[in-house]
Amino acid sequence: MEQNEENKKKVVVRVCIGTGGLAAGGKEVIQAFKKAITDFCVDLDLDFTCHYQKVGCRGFCARDVLVDVVDGGTSVTYQKIKPDMAKRIVQEHLIEGKPVAEWLIDDAYYAFHDKQHKILLKDCGTIDPEDIQAYINAGGYEGIRKILAGMTPDQVIDEIKTSGIRGRGGAGFPTGVKWDACRKAEGETKYIVCNADEGDPGAFMDRSIIEGNPHAVIEGMMIAAYAIGSNLGYVYIRAEYPSAVERLKLAMTQARETGHLGNNLFGSGFSFDLRVKLGAGAFVCGEETALIASIEGQRGMPRAKPPFPVHRGLWGKPTVINNVETLANIPNIIRKGSAWYASIGTEKSKGTKVFALTGKVKNTGLIEVPMGIRLGEIIYDIGGGIEGGREFKAVQTGGPSGGCIPASLLDTPVDFESLAKVGSIVGSGGMVVLDETDCMVNIAKFFLEFTRAESCGKCVPCRIGTKRLLEILERITKGEGKPGDIELLEEMSADIKLASLCGLGQTAPNPVLSTIKYFRHEYEAHINEKRCPAAVCRDLLTYSVLTEFCKGCGACIRACPAGAVTGEKKKPHVIDSSVCIKCGACFDACKFKAIKKE
Amino acid sequence: MAKLKINNIEMEVPEGTTVLEAARKSGIYIPALCQHPKLTPFGGCRLCLVEIKGMPRPVTSCTTPVSEGMDVVTTSPTIERLRRTVLELILSDHPSDCMVCEQAGACSLQELAYEYGIRENRFGGERRRYPKRDGNPFIERDLEKCIMCGRCVKICDEVQGVEAIDFGYRGFDAKICTPFEKDLSCEFCGQCVAVCPTGALTGKLWTKKGRQMGVKEVDSTCPYCGTGCTITYHVKDNEIIRVTSGDDTPNEGLLCVKGRFAYKYVSSPDRLRVPLIKRDGQFVEATWDEALGLVAENIQKAKAGHGPDSIAGLSSARCTNEENYAFQKLIRAGIGTNNVDHCARL
Repeated sequence: MEQNEENKKKVVVRVCIGTGGLAAGGKEVIQAFKKAITDFCVDLDLDFTCHYQKVGCRGFCARDVLVDVVDGGTSVTYQKIKPDMAKRIVQEHLIEGKPVAEWLIDDAYYAFHDKQHKILLKDCGTIDPEDIQAYINAGGYEGIRKILAGMTPDQVIDEIKTSGIRGRGGAGFPTGVKWDACRKAEGETKYIVCNADEGDPGAFMDRSIIEGNPHAVIEGMMIAAYAIGSNLGYVYIRAEYPSAVERLKLAMTQARETGHLGNNLFGSGFSFDLRVKLGAGAFVCGEETALIASIEGQRGMPRAKPPFPVHRGLWGKPTVINNVETLANIPNIIRKGSAWYASIGTEKSKGTKVFALTGKVKNTGLIEVPMGIRLGEIIYDIGGGIEGGREFKAVQTGGPSGGCIPASLLDTPVDFESLAKVGSIVGSGGMVVLDETDCMVNIAKFFLEFTRAESCGKCVPCRIGTKRLLEILERITKGEGKPGDIELLEEMSADIKLASLCGLGQTAPNPVLSTIKYFRHEYEAHINEKRCPAAVCRDLLTYSVLTEFCKGCGACIRACPAGAVTGEKKKPHVIDSSVCIKCGACFDACKFKAIKKE
Repeated sequence: MAKLKINNIEMEVPEGTTVLEAARKSGIYIPALCQHPKLTPFGGCRLCLVEIKGMPRPVTSCTTPVSEGMDVVTTSPTIERLRRTVLELILSDHPSDCMVCEQAGACSLQELAYEYGIRENRFGGERRRYPKRDGNPFIERDLEKCIMCGRCVKICDEVQGVEAIDFGYRGFDAKICTPFEKDLSCEFCGQCVAVCPTGALTGKLWTKKGRQMGVKEVDSTCPYCGTGCTITYHVKDNEIIRVTSGDDTPNEGLLCVKGRFAYKYVSSPDRLRVPLIKRDGQFVEATWDEALGLVAENIQKAKAGHGPDSIAGLSSARCTNEENYAFQKLIRAGIGTNNVDHCARL
């Protein structure tokens, strides 16, 4: 039997169990593979050693569940795998030696990855996030070992400064400068806080990093703690991320058990431990002073700065607050050196940035690109262009604090300065692609609905100002816009930006300002012509029958809940616009595209 | 000490002073609604925005500590524009019912609207609507008039230490409320009422008793306990309609539920208006001369028969210092005994 071990067929099945993977059935896929392999082994009297590896998000969520099958030395990747497909893969690929060609990843998969530069997401898709050994095997915890073995805190800070890394949470503040200020701040007790309160609609990079590689965040925090002189860190993470919380806590437990967290780490005299604080789903708690208040058990409400948290932060002590993505980059910088990191990106924006590419592009998912890549490259090369051959209209970056960038500016490099120059921001990394079927007034309204609801209510411009902005946008989309509304929006937006207390209010008008700047004609069409050019705003729509296409099938008559459609069989139907409630049921029901929406 | 310039006026103030405090010390006016000298800075109303050289955007002077060499400008076209926008925004979510508001004439928001001449408002839209439903007999909460300055929350927490109210909800729906939005059930000291800059918090007893016209303010001392807070009776047509207390008093303007709200006894019909003397087991009305004569006569009788030490005087902590001084003088010098005490020892 012992001898047979060596002749055994060795197989690895690697399945994505990031949130996207789980939602697409990642766990069931693992079970299906286990069952299929066991069944075949029994039936055919085969003996496999099969290792089932769970890995974090691989980015291309549109193609989930992604499964690597490693047979001997060769690895192939299957896409869009469902549990019932496991049997055929096992039979044809593992038994007969012929991978199932039609389910393999295709050119689009390669194109999606071609222009990416994966540093953070590389490990996310290959190591098991629930096993500390997998992280260690991939070079994990070497960074902290390296600095504990022979680097002073000042040397660490110098290294981070030289790398040029800037905060990935939105504002892009140089990380090394922040650490330095905290190190120099007076006080014995200091804290390092990881801001994992990712709240932008559509952004899920922090979640994926914690779910896919939690130890990188822990190691990043350890290094930061050593540099600033802290022994205790907090991870402030939203409770709506249950699997991220679970994996983070598991990672902390494993780190404690293996001596990677606790007292006198690696015999160096440096001690560090972590606490997890769950956020209750308030967007504003991503703002650092509100986050501090929330950890302290107070209402999550920002306060005026200065004093900055590096001088007076958590419990009144000097505190560094870094975003998940920033911290996850730190171990790599220490391991591979600042020069390596500084070689990626642009002059002022170094390294890579993870974006959540969503919206109307063909390839949606999580991407990691070098700073300085052109917006067009992301949308057309990585994203594969617009779905359904429609026309690109704009890309919204930076979430509710960001702006919409039009087609004419697709050459804009993606870095902190360039995006700010065109009226948007890098922000936390949301990237929503919009096409000709998106109404820009409606998009601005969507983001204002979000900021209005998420304002903490402390300061007047944000609490009442965002409400008034939203009301004006609502009346424009309802066809009740008045001349002067655009100018009023502009005036108010400028004042709200200047007068608000925290980043939420200071950036909330950005979606309004940028859409007015680049798509003023759409606002004007709504107000002056009572028309929505993209045919989105319901109150401005009219539905009519294109008589040349109408077959008189009656599908629209049956679908209409208001009885607005009439007509004889096999003769063109008619929509009575005075009865029509503009629900669009006829439009959806018509198989002949004979309903016109404008 | 830090040297700074505000509107080109040079001044020197202690470190830790805020820009707003420094300005006010030098008689420079900066409007503010949420700031209160007894409370920690809030920075919510945004009216005290100022420009400071070297800072990229206007900052709230109430939250910004002075620093050496600071160069502050408290008014500029931009600052005034922002203040006006902020005021218009507040007023767009505020009932325009100054005509019938209890606070009219003593309302900071009304005063600022007057100062900035805001008659037309660029912003219309939805106003918050809240039912009035508090069952308590003292404090009227009209949340529609609340401007969310947070002063009530802070005085309740930072000064009174009660924490009966706090901020609830988010954004436009944010409001000041009790836990689980139950009826207010605190000690009703009314400190929140005293610091409210608008008519959101008023005394229930004050309703429709009169505002500013024909109201006389009479300073007095609270008769309830030995603390002896200085109070101001607001009197109209010989009736007390309101009690307040100034910031420059020994009690720094703070009062309790009794001092602030329990003044109705003054005009109670059940109060004794003339002395009563018990004759044949019945109380009979008498004149002051009769009553005081009877007391003096009995004291003299006791002193003559049993000596002065057979008599003791017991005064009240609720009397003023002057009254207690006069009383002990009477007992010690008049009657000739040191047997004098007062009720606070009990």
